[in-house]
Amino acid sequence: MRRLAFLGSILALALTGCPSSNTGTATATATPAPVEEPFIKVGQFVSLTGGTATFGQSTDRGVQLALTEINAAGGVLGKPIKVLTEDTQSKPEEAKTSVLKLIKQDHVVALIGEIASSRTLAAAPEAQRSKVPLITPGSTNPEVTAKGDFIFRICFIDPVQGQVMARFAAQDLKLMKAAILTDVKNDYSVGLAKYFKEEYVKLGGKIVAEESYSENDKEFKAQLTSIKGKSPDILIIPGYYTEVGMIANQSRELGMKQIMLGGDGWDSEMTAKIGGKAIEGSYYTNHYATDDPNPVVQEFITKYKAAYGGQTPDAMAALGYDTMRLTADAIKRAGSTDGDKLRQAIQDTKDFPGVTGSITIDKDRNATKPITVLKIVNGEYKLAKTIAP
Amino acid sequence: MATFVQQLINGVAWGSVYALIALGYTMVYGVLRMINFAHGDVVMVGAMFGLWLAGLCGAVAGPEFTGSFTAFLIVLPVSMAFCALVGIAIEQLAYRPLRRSPRIAVLITAIGVSFLLEYGGQAVLGATPRAFPRLVGGTTWTFFEQTTVLEDGSMHFSSLVISSIDLIIVSVSLALMLALQFIVFGTKIGKAMRAVAFSHDAARLMGINVDRIITFTFGLGSALAAAAGVLLAIKVQSAEPLMGLMPGLKAFVAAVLGGIGNIPGAVVGGLVLGVAETMVAGYLSSTYKDAIAFVVLILILLFKPSGLFGTPQVEKV
Amino acid sequence: MIRAPLAVVPVPAHRTHAAIYWAAMLVGAPLVCLALNQAMVSTLASYPDTAYAAQVLLNVGVNATLAVSLNLINGYTGQFSLGHAGFMAIGAYTAAALMYYLGPQVIGTTPGVAAWGVYFAAVIVVSGLVSALAGLVVGVPSLRLKGDYLAIVTLGFGEIIRVILLNLESMRGARGFSDLEKLDQPFLVLLVLVVCVVVVRNLVSSTRGLAFLSVRDDEIAAESVGVNTTRYKVSAFVVGAYFAGVAGALYSHTQAYIIPGAFDFVKSMEIVAMVVLGGGSIGGTVLAAVGLTLLPELLKGGFMPEVMRNAFPDAMWRALPRWRMVIYSLILIAAMLIQSRGHGRGGKKVKG
Repeated sequence: MRRLAFLGSILALALTGCPSSNTGTATATATPAPVEEPFIKVGQFVSLTGGTATFGQSTDRGVQLALTEINAAGGVLGKPIKVLTEDTQSKPEEAKTSVLKLIKQDHVVALIGEIASSRTLAAAPEAQRSKVPLITPGSTNPEVTAKGDFIFRICFIDPVQGQVMARFAAQDLKLMKAAILTDVKNDYSVGLAKYFKEEYVKLGGKIVAEESYSENDKEFKAQLTSIKGKSPDILIIPGYYTEVGMIANQSRELGMKQIMLGGDGWDSEMTAKIGGKAIEGSYYTNHYATDDPNPVVQEFITKYKAAYGGQTPDAMAALGYDTMRLTADAIKRAGSTDGDKLRQAIQDTKDFPGVTGSITIDKDRNATKPITVLKIVNGEYKLAKTIAP
Repeated sequence: MATFVQQLINGVAWGSVYALIALGYTMVYGVLRMINFAHGDVVMVGAMFGLWLAGLCGAVAGPEFTGSFTAFLIVLPVSMAFCALVGIAIEQLAYRPLRRSPRIAVLITAIGVSFLLEYGGQAVLGATPRAFPRLVGGTTWTFFEQTTVLEDGSMHFSSLVISSIDLIIVSVSLALMLALQFIVFGTKIGKAMRAVAFSHDAARLMGINVDRIITFTFGLGSALAAAAGVLLAIKVQSAEPLMGLMPGLKAFVAAVLGGIGNIPGAVVGGLVLGVAETMVAGYLSSTYKDAIAFVVLILILLFKPSGLFGTPQVEKV
Repeated sequence: MIRAPLAVVPVPAHRTHAAIYWAAMLVGAPLVCLALNQAMVSTLASYPDTAYAAQVLLNVGVNATLAVSLNLINGYTGQFSLGHAGFMAIGAYTAAALMYYLGPQVIGTTPGVAAWGVYFAAVIVVSGLVSALAGLVVGVPSLRLKGDYLAIVTLGFGEIIRVILLNLESMRGARGFSDLEKLDQPFLVLLVLVVCVVVVRNLVSSTRGLAFLSVRDDEIAAESVGVNTTRYKVSAFVVGAYFAGVAGALYSHTQAYIIPGAFDFVKSMEIVAMVVLGGGSIGGTVLAAVGLTLLPELLKGGFMPEVMRNAFPDAMWRALPRWRMVIYSLILIAAMLIQSRGHGRGGKKVKG
């Protein structure tokens, strides 16, 4: 009797393995994906909430602005594009599940996201495995595009950014003793710190202190006190804006007077808001500048302000805008939404006119873009220097 | 040397915050023998409420904001009062019905309430940290400024900088702790609290309304948590729904370290933990900082579960 | 000829027959699972959501194994453990390291299915054993602590494990392993679940197994009648940790991505929630695991007809997942309040 019950339960368990086919989208014909849909679905996974919320929100606004323009002009391949957005909550594991859902449940033909390299790195293997092209607007860590040939980016990469930062510090600001404070929880920060260090030392600079913190930390005085004791000329913070602002404040509380230098992770209105007086006079490298006289940039800013109640777009918004337009353009050039064809079209992108510069995708699936150096003056971000690719 | 003293000051400031929170844990454990897991999140409620209140007073974070002592004088006591009510509400709704249940059930419920506050806060208020205005404590004093020239010709600056926020935290905490000491040991209701902590039944026989005293204890502890929340938010200049998680956990360790149920013990535990943490972060690695609290906890529970000042508990059969 | 007084599994009584039986099971059972999976993949390929459903099934298997293993510690032995995610983490990282670093050396960079399968099976067992060792380490201090204190210490252990993993460069620290090989075999995972259930069930329903329950019900009384409570408490932790480690090893490859943050206190509490909702029985625990694994998917709009999904605005579906943990906590609190109704005076749970 027990025997029967046991075998019966095994069978029952095995049967529960059959997934419910009650999905509602099961079509009569045996095709693996819904065929005729009235629009082309593109997935976006960005951090709308969490520690780097402004990245996601800005990117989304840029993407939506481009989307409105594209659909107003008739869409692509005769259909409008629909963007399905998932919130990664600034967490890598959520980035992964977002992408899984977009691919397996929503059947998107392309993916846009994320900004933070750690989160793109978490999601990229899924996109690669499912052969869905992924374009990241702003992940700068080189490992991202190394995940596979379906992963692209339209921004510069950190080895270049780190070099630019090092040269700016050593040659423009002529400050030869630096302390680095790295966010060890993020690939972006760790990578950027490494590339900065390599170039800086080559230029004769000296790293007098290296300390670390974790994303979401609120207290940095222990590390800063240690750095203070080594008397650097400049403080390098290759992290994200939330912590940067707090670090700046706490450094001033300790009586430190050094200015700070960072990367594109600083680009958010919150940096000046949180950092206040402490961050005045500091610099960071970025993808574009709002006071760039280039008419393409100014036209974009005007359009953005009109659409979003006077808000000034930051780099993520500009990158989001460019990525959406490039995706649509690639679909058009590919003539289809087939994964391989679309991948090839993205790979073949040449001299695509973007707000953040002319975009050509190289053999490593990266783009060579100009880098701007911005200075924080009176709570605003002013262009200090542009470095052409 | 200056570096060491600097770290010490910072550690004492953090320790005072932990001490304030630890007092709440220890008092509730004293009267109810339960670990109020949600206590750390009351800290967060205090900070969030304080943020809103500060906004009403016109204090908004930004580069132009230079502090508002009046706002501070309003925000601190009102937040404390508000959280006292919140703590009481939690006690009435979630813990009182479980008064006769095994302690495990109460612990799980407390964890449930903690998650509810944290994730409810995130769902309603958003997970993004909000800037908290620096109501007080914007000044710094510098001592022992020294400039030395090193062998390679570069300049080496050293100084001891004391930030007024740290002083304010330490003094406010001290004042509140002294007030608590007075309440517990110098008033009738304090005597009733101590009686209930000793034995519910005996206290009841003496005519004490045990339920009322428990409610009062929750209120008191939550008020202290709110104070800690506001001070913490001013110090780190931000507030977010998960901000009470780690400080709460660490304050709990501090309470256990000092002997849970023992009020001076909670203060000592808090200070010791705060300083230990800062030293580890400064001289070893900041990423191990969070682990320190747990290592201390485990060591204490393994070797001296009654803590530094507590008395060993005997389990009666 | 077939004896089954203590065991749920029917085993031939004759020794050689039993040996042949076990050998057949060891090889046969996984093969059956592989075959079933092939069958499922080919017949259901036409349905668009098969891949998604398969992934959820994998998650169910892993979560149920975790819940059942915790049930042995919490439910049957009454030892309150809030750090189960720590054991899971050890299993997951051991498996990840063995597959990622050692794998290419042992079976080459492009191994055949058989070689990979055998190696992976070995990896799972080793991961479980390493976790079991951790269970021993945690179980020993448990001898001295009761109730709340034990709970907090286990929580502490869980956190310490997480922080150590966060700082180990060899385990890729905060970035974790993001490109592990994907295991898409739901039936194999279910097989592991079945094994776990059988082992735990056998352990507890055997005559000696009653000792576990006696430790839960009244430890001092148990000691006084000669039950070696130490042995049973530690055993509970060791066996529970073993299966948590196995589940962790499976988790690392069904997700193909692990970071220390995935094994935090919240994860431990999610498993506790499953055990609590399950009410203490194995069947209940499995059902609770299924329910709580499906819950987040439902909140995202999965597993329901398109009609129903479209009935609600997009904005709601975007906001709903944020409330998942709020719903969890309400469930926990409600479950505790409801269970407390069964408590009479004196604090002991009244069986009913």
